[in-house]
Amino acid sequence: MADNSFAAVMLLCACSIFVIVLFILVILILRSHLSIVQFGWKFFVSQAWDPVVGDFGALPFIYGTLVTSLLALVLAVPLALGVAVFIAELCPQPLRAPISFLTELLAAIPSVVYGLWAVFVLVPIMRNILGPFLVKTLGWTGFFQGPNFGVGLLTASIILSIMILPIISSLTRDIMMAVPNSQREAVLALGATKWEMIRIGVLRNSRIGIVGAIMLGLGRALGETMAVTMVIGNHPEISRSLFAPGHTLASVIANEFAEATGDLYLSALIEIGLALFLVTIVVNAIARLMVWAVTRGAPARGA
Amino acid sequence: MGVGILVEDLNAWYGSNHTLQDINLHIPANHATALIGPSGCGKSTFVRCLNRMHETNPIARATGTVKMGEIDIYNDASPVEIRRRVGMVFQRPNPFPTMSIYDNVVSGLKLNGFRNRRILDETVERSLKQAALWEEVKDDLKKKSGASLSGGQQQRMCIARALAVDPEVLLMDEPASALDPVSTSKIEDLIFQLKSQYTIVIVTHNMQQAARVAENTGFFLNGKMVEFDSTHKIFTNPRDKRTEDYITGRFG
Amino acid sequence: MSTQPFNQPRPPMNFQTRGMRINSARRTVMNYFVGGLSILATIVVIIPLLAILFYLVYKGASSLNLAFFTHIPVPVGESGGGMANSIVGSGIILTLASLMGVPFGIAAGVYLAEFGQGTFLANAVRFTADVLNGVPSIVMGISVYSLIVMPQKHFSAFAGGVALAIMMVPTITRTTEEMLATVPHAIREAALGLGVPKWRTVISVSLRTASPGIITGCMLAFARVAGETAPLLFTAFGNQFWSFRLNEPIAALPLQIFVYATGPYDEWHRLAWAGALVLIVMIMVSVTLVRIFANRGVLKGGS
Repeated sequence: MADNSFAAVMLLCACSIFVIVLFILVILILRSHLSIVQFGWKFFVSQAWDPVVGDFGALPFIYGTLVTSLLALVLAVPLALGVAVFIAELCPQPLRAPISFLTELLAAIPSVVYGLWAVFVLVPIMRNILGPFLVKTLGWTGFFQGPNFGVGLLTASIILSIMILPIISSLTRDIMMAVPNSQREAVLALGATKWEMIRIGVLRNSRIGIVGAIMLGLGRALGETMAVTMVIGNHPEISRSLFAPGHTLASVIANEFAEATGDLYLSALIEIGLALFLVTIVVNAIARLMVWAVTRGAPARGA
Repeated sequence: MGVGILVEDLNAWYGSNHTLQDINLHIPANHATALIGPSGCGKSTFVRCLNRMHETNPIARATGTVKMGEIDIYNDASPVEIRRRVGMVFQRPNPFPTMSIYDNVVSGLKLNGFRNRRILDETVERSLKQAALWEEVKDDLKKKSGASLSGGQQQRMCIARALAVDPEVLLMDEPASALDPVSTSKIEDLIFQLKSQYTIVIVTHNMQQAARVAENTGFFLNGKMVEFDSTHKIFTNPRDKRTEDYITGRFG
Repeated sequence: MSTQPFNQPRPPMNFQTRGMRINSARRTVMNYFVGGLSILATIVVIIPLLAILFYLVYKGASSLNLAFFTHIPVPVGESGGGMANSIVGSGIILTLASLMGVPFGIAAGVYLAEFGQGTFLANAVRFTADVLNGVPSIVMGISVYSLIVMPQKHFSAFAGGVALAIMMVPTITRTTEEMLATVPHAIREAALGLGVPKWRTVISVSLRTASPGIITGCMLAFARVAGETAPLLFTAFGNQFWSFRLNEPIAALPLQIFVYATGPYDEWHRLAWAGALVLIVMIMVSVTLVRIFANRGVLKGGS
């Protein structure tokens, strides 16, 4: 009898996880109802963001989110994979623990602290050193036009890439180390170099998991708020130049929520939150499935 | 043709564990040589020294000379080159699960830069025929993954994969111990056919298997090679008492 | 069909040709090249990240003084002052969050590990918890705002606590489950075999054995939410003064860092660096302790 009640209590607590997700979903839908009714699907393709008139569209934020997240991935993924390969396969034994520990520490640094550093170190670097350098070398691409004040899409992308790198790297390393040694030996015994052994025996076997790790990094980048809002310039417009200020779905909420006057304004922001919620749920679900497929039960840490 | 292997004063360590002590032996070309002995006696370590797989373990060390034909495998050639020329089949079959049967077998060739479709196709057919697997898989070469075969088939595919790069020596570390009796006997038949073309070294804890396939047998005990002679002599009239004790089942 | 192998003529493959030697050289070069790339990646990653850490320590340490820990913010223009109220406020919010989140998390983890193994429900809970971990924290913030702040019409420490609590639950659930899984079945069976009821076994045997690891998991979740700013933006909201009441806005360390970092005054910036250092030290200590406990916990509770 006591056993059953105990088990029931535990079960109820486990269901609290579902309750949390449902509650978030329901409340967001409820509170964004106004905006959904007013704008419908056009909300996601409209560039308007005019609190005065009461016209809201999320396209600039979708653009900002996509650009910063994808650029962050482009910057972070090669480096993260390189680090993972190094730690998992090439690193001498005594260095392994310190480097892994360092990566874990870096993943634990809060967003606001990264943002603080970005505001006072990265922004000046972007303004004075990196920006002019990019204009000189890659200016012809058209992505580096216009005034460069140090804040903007590129700076946000860079700080994002620094933030998602430890996650992608740690998870990739875990996945690589889960590949059985028999695979490595099979490749070596055919007469392969170390890199070929890594390529065929390890990376090839962990392809799916690595994609999952990258997607987890993407999921984190999509929702990252504080560091981004501190360096992105907070300007709801779409611009081709990476120097231009912008906004992401997360940063516009952080920036304007407190000042949102009027129910429609608030509702529009909450609808953006709902969109963010759904997108990150989908991305994370797919990512977890992929990682699970390779490691047969996702590790508790990570993201 | 296969080559003979001459081992002189081979010593091997795992960390501080002196796994092999003063091994001296000559493995004749184009014959099958069996290595028997109780668990942990060093026969697997010995075999891994023959294709320089032993040194892939960071705490492993080896001294002495191993000559394949005229070449000192530790000083005259790179491990990459040696491992191509000395093929290895492991105790548990280890096909590449993300590749088809075809891709598994040609994986070694592709490493060496062979891209010509005709050469690859011919090699696949030849190797799978040598491994007595061709008839069973010839229609599914590119459709089935290497891991979807049965255990015995997987092992024969691994043998084909090793043969595809044209080795001179084939090392087999208890190749049939994880397989059922039918597969085991297929593999033993294979060894019989292959030994005229390759030098085969087979580690086994199954003495009947040694008697069936190998012309020569070496008995290992506690890191030393106690006796090496023709299989017939080892099993009917061994010189050393320890050998006699082992083959009559008093230990191990 | 016969499966007898028939002797095939030896192939015409010649591994000694000039082409083969070039191929061999190319592979060796490639091996060293890739190895070099991965070392380069590690350096490119580790050094700037170390630089961030040291810069933070340097700027923060030079801004720290005793007043930081004992004073509340002073009016703009005056020097001095500190973030004492933020530190205390964070402590209050985190305590609230832990009181709410830890029991649910541990209970859910107990369910997953002890009662629900293999069931569809358990798998769903586990999967949902992992996905929930990836939801942006700002979404949690605006959800709790909609649920608690809007009806109450004021910000509160309580709302902040709830927001952080729902972030802690999934993490604690998963780590508790993982730690309980390391408890050997033999121990449980011994207790059950002696006639101890299941609920008692879970508490006295499983939980007790895994307790170092479970505490570790809670510390990890604690450290993670301690640095979160976004969920507090619209719940706890921040406060310039001392506040100990749960239904009033309250200061929090990461919140205050954000406000100061994005403000125009140098004095504020100084305080932001100091606050960031305090936050980082706290988090690093937690992560390090987690590492130590995890190693000991595994040895103690594992098989």
